[in-house]
Amino acid sequence: MKTRKKRRAVVNGDACVACGCCVKVCPLSAIQVRHGIRAAVDPERCVGCGKCAKECPASVIVLQEVSV
Amino acid sequence: MKKRWYDYLWIAELIYMSLGFFNILFAWLGMLFFCIPLIISLVWGTKGYCNRYCGRGQLFGLLGGRFGLSRKKDIPGWMKSKWFRYGFLIFFFIMFFQMLWNTYLVFAGAQDLRQVVTLLWTFKLPWHWAYHGTFFHQGAAQFAFGFYSVMLTSTILGMITMILFKPRSWCVYCPMGTMTQLICKAKNGKDALT
Repeated sequence: MKTRKKRRAVVNGDACVACGCCVKVCPLSAIQVRHGIRAAVDPERCVGCGKCAKECPASVIVLQEVSV
Repeated sequence: MKKRWYDYLWIAELIYMSLGFFNILFAWLGMLFFCIPLIISLVWGTKGYCNRYCGRGQLFGLLGGRFGLSRKKDIPGWMKSKWFRYGFLIFFFIMFFQMLWNTYLVFAGAQDLRQVVTLLWTFKLPWHWAYHGTFFHQGAAQFAFGFYSVMLTSTILGMITMILFKPRSWCVYCPMGTMTQLICKAKNGKDALT
């Protein structure tokens, strides 16, 4: 079976300031700030549009290719 | 996305900053911007204030985003490092307590009211035109001058980093944000994310 490459947002948790800017711009509500500590991406929902990465003031969100 | 009432809190921030130019005693309202985030993080263990209700962040987002005033460049690595964020928080605390000390001196009668707003902890701007006397002790006015200095200074710093880097760069090193995140870490523990 042929594997498809897909992009997903990944948060560098240690450097995340939990400001929530990413949450506001995500069109699929695929990212949430958990316990006021860091943002976390729901890999099932994320389609890798990159809006969160662009918005993140600390630039701690990157898009990574994953095989699905 | 549907706008909610709290998406317009940038208007409250604008009104607050404007009021300080007319009557410095309105600076006391800024205590809300200090207390609400702390209460939310202490009671619910979240950064709900940063995430939803921060009018200042919204204002920077608006100016840097829709108004295009931001270069939208990455913030330098050292500005998002822990030592800078915690260092800035400590510095902010020291300056805040110095402001409280000055307020105490006026309350105690050891110092006269200084009708100045201190920008960037250095530059003293005459601000007498926004002081029309007070029903309370002059110390209350001294606190207002000091508190407004803190608010104006942080707004200016936020504006500078908004222009140079991404719109909400202030959020990266905002002392309230750092403090509430620390509270959330202490309250929820490291295990919360595993």
